[in-house]
Amino acid sequence: MLELLSQPWPWYIAGAGIALVMFLLLWFGGEFGVSGALGTMCSMCGAGKKVPFFNVNWHNQLWNVVFVLGGLAGGFIAGQWLNSGADIQISQATVQDLQALGITNFSGLAPAEIFGTDQILTLRGFIFLVIGGFLVGFGTRYAGGCTSGHAISGLSNLQLPSLIAVIGFFIGGLLMTHVLLPFLIGL
Amino acid sequence: MKLIKFFIIGILFGIILTKSEVVSWFRIQEMFRFQAFHMYGVIGTAVALGIVIVAVMKRTKFKTMYGNEVVFNPKNMSIYRYLFGGIIFGLGWALTGACPGPIFILIGNGYLAFIVVAISAVLGTLAYGALRSKLPH
Repeated sequence: MLELLSQPWPWYIAGAGIALVMFLLLWFGGEFGVSGALGTMCSMCGAGKKVPFFNVNWHNQLWNVVFVLGGLAGGFIAGQWLNSGADIQISQATVQDLQALGITNFSGLAPAEIFGTDQILTLRGFIFLVIGGFLVGFGTRYAGGCTSGHAISGLSNLQLPSLIAVIGFFIGGLLMTHVLLPFLIGL
Repeated sequence: MKLIKFFIIGILFGIILTKSEVVSWFRIQEMFRFQAFHMYGVIGTAVALGIVIVAVMKRTKFKTMYGNEVVFNPKNMSIYRYLFGGIIFGLGWALTGACPGPIFILIGNGYLAFIVVAISAVLGTLAYGALRSKLPH
């Protein structure tokens, strides 16, 4: 059983599992939207004293932060005990594209050349980790949601604003992948 | 006790996203290069089932375990905030290979550099809150 679970899970299991997570969160009186937890963290740290946007009763939103911490624990469990250790089977075309950009290490979930802890203090590390994270935090709150809040929850509720947001996600993602990334990986 | 169940669904979420490789920078690159169906299959399945779940919940006036009806607030219509905010997030998504959930799931997987990403994401959220009144919405 453990061996079976340690193999990569197919897309339809993952999609159904994510829908189940959304259902459980709604049933438990929450909702599925992870980026909201980032705003709650700002409120918990007292940002509401300086910035009115965060001056909310975060105790009602604490569940979202707890959910995210559960995600961290789930990542730990999967990484420790459900890990086959095999490389991710991405498409050969992607491997070739990334090799052309200078990526040589395809083991694990993210390339060690960019996301290893020894990269934190390099210029490239600064761009991918610090700037990248900043864009994720800024953009999701500006758009009012991320992949979970807009692409899954919003589209499930047939919300046009969420469709616009998802189109935005792809404009940004395609621009980064095809125009900026080749330059930034070379730094 | 009320919060523990959210922690447990979080664990489920973290395991699903790790084992389906959704948290992988390689998979996000593959998605933005349209070179595999995997990510589209994951999101497509979740949305297709989600549409059914939300429609049934609305029709049956589904109640939370605390007895309140589940409310689905329509999002305020506008273009700017969703488009501009979406583009900014998309740039960050393709750089880090992670949206907000996977950032924390990757830390759990031992990718400790993502602690820096998480802190930066909180700071980005903070910056949005501070600049909010100056941005087109």
